[in-house]
Amino acid sequence: MDSNQSDRRRFLKQTAALAGVAAGAGLAVRGESAQAQKGETAEAPHVHREPPRRGARYSIDHLTHYTPLQDYAGIITPAPVHFVQQHSMEFPIIDAAEHRLTIHGMVDRPLSFSMDDLKRLPSVSRIHFVECHGNSSPAIHGSNDPKMGLPVQFIHGMASTSEWTGVPLSVLLNEAGLKRGATWLVSEGADQGKFSHTLPMGKALDDVFVAYGQNGEPLRVEQGYPIRLLVPGWEGPFNVKYLRHIKVVDEPYNTWNESMNHSVSRPDLGGKTRWYHFQWAAKSVITRPSALMEMRKGYVNITGLAWSGAGKVAKVEVSTDGGRNWREARLESPVLPKAHTRFNFDWEWNGQEAVILSRCTDETGDVQPSLAELSGHWGIPLEDWHKPERPRAIHMNAIQPWKIARDGSISDAMFA
Amino acid sequence: MQCSLKLLVPVLILAAPVALAQSPRKFPDVGTPLSQAEIQNFDRMIGPEGKELPAGRGTAKEGAVIFAQRCEVCHGKNGENGITHHLVAGSPGHPYSGPFYGVEKDGPSYFPYPTIAWDYINRAMPAPNPGSLKPNEVYALVAFLYYRNGIINENDVMDQNTLPKVEMPNKNGFVPAKPVYPPAKMPSWY
Repeated sequence: MDSNQSDRRRFLKQTAALAGVAAGAGLAVRGESAQAQKGETAEAPHVHREPPRRGARYSIDHLTHYTPLQDYAGIITPAPVHFVQQHSMEFPIIDAAEHRLTIHGMVDRPLSFSMDDLKRLPSVSRIHFVECHGNSSPAIHGSNDPKMGLPVQFIHGMASTSEWTGVPLSVLLNEAGLKRGATWLVSEGADQGKFSHTLPMGKALDDVFVAYGQNGEPLRVEQGYPIRLLVPGWEGPFNVKYLRHIKVVDEPYNTWNESMNHSVSRPDLGGKTRWYHFQWAAKSVITRPSALMEMRKGYVNITGLAWSGAGKVAKVEVSTDGGRNWREARLESPVLPKAHTRFNFDWEWNGQEAVILSRCTDETGDVQPSLAELSGHWGIPLEDWHKPERPRAIHMNAIQPWKIARDGSISDAMFA
Repeated sequence: MQCSLKLLVPVLILAAPVALAQSPRKFPDVGTPLSQAEIQNFDRMIGPEGKELPAGRGTAKEGAVIFAQRCEVCHGKNGENGITHHLVAGSPGHPYSGPFYGVEKDGPSYFPYPTIAWDYINRAMPAPNPGSLKPNEVYALVAFLYYRNGIINENDVMDQNTLPKVEMPNKNGFVPAKPVYPPAKMPSWY
């Protein structure tokens, strides 16, 4: 009991420390720009200055926090450092006692649910990753913004894993009763940007739930308090936060968010754009050691995360010679479907130049592609990645190479 | 955990949505029925065909005045060079049809359906006070933006009948999202 309590205290303390890292970021950005305007370089003596900020980008219409993948262990992302993509200028302040979830449109019985209603219904708790559709995008490699943390954090840190708790959407839809021909639904959040997203009914009735809990506590404000959709294994935008309306319809609604932010034209589609990519594929990344860390000769524990939107991770292989030879890494339990899986790999670094990579295979047999393989599928010539302005790409799951130099420095070798 | 959900709703997972029709409620004392009047009060989501568009009308000239008052502070004069989303690609009389790579994606020229801009402005704009625009104002703003993007003429009237018929320059720029979506087999690079 005592030891449990002290473990919990330690967890809370660490969580709070990590939270400080994320929460302070915007302040530092603002503080620095204010100082720059005044032309000041010296620190004000009585003002506590945080260490160089990392993990956040704020603009007038967008807030982003990146999960410090290099700093946490296991598979559960502490809620305060779960990544955030907020498509509006602020987080909404919602009174949970007044908040209602409505289900209407092509249903027999349009219904409104209070938070109390939702918590009276059957509850499920499941561990799943959520990942932004733009995570790992080519545009972010090499941007070297110290405010955004180490490269592994800002290249791949828009993916996090939590234990989510809520009520299955199928239960709510059964209460409302679907009309014949109800094949899609479109959800709306109560944030300023009214974030909206379409979802095919097949998925809605499968494993989607309306989440009100995250890692044992109520959802945090930046995660959609009081409720959000949780669409396991699918791209982030499906997981509508601040959920307030679900309209059952018979076609995809192609809302502003879907058509503008979440699309990119593709050569293999004749320059056309996909509205939706749906499910994430097999993916992994070595989180330590990774770019901007320093290596020492001798034993190295290579660790990282692997995941797939299709199910469980079956295998992770690691190469320490640029992909010529691969050996299987140890998967740490638990290995759960549509969740981050922690892998570890023992290695002895001899001080010579090396490129380390990880490759995930999921239980459906899907193998994480190299950049060359992915480029081939998308019809993007490999050399285009070396142009000053790289091709745009989303839904990126290419193998991430980290290059270790003889002096022990590590760099991002994805486009090197 | 996976199991408990499947036991709870076995039919829902295996069968088509049709199976749900007329299925009885399991928790009839949970939730509150909504009246049509209540639904009309909050249901503002507009689909691609614009079936839900409300009555109202507006022109580019009316929209120019509203834009200067409500939108210019963020989006810049005439929707250009503001501090957020650049809203113009092309120019009056000269629509822009691609390629869409950078800021061209930010404005309505990119959207394949004429209703998307109306729906978003109506629900989410202006950012500090979303939902405060009247239908006439939204029609006028859309008319103004479409005129500045070369999609319609300056004197065209936008209303619930004319707006859905506007020919968008990038209407063929997307892989159709229906009828079978997602496909049965989705390759990882989909």
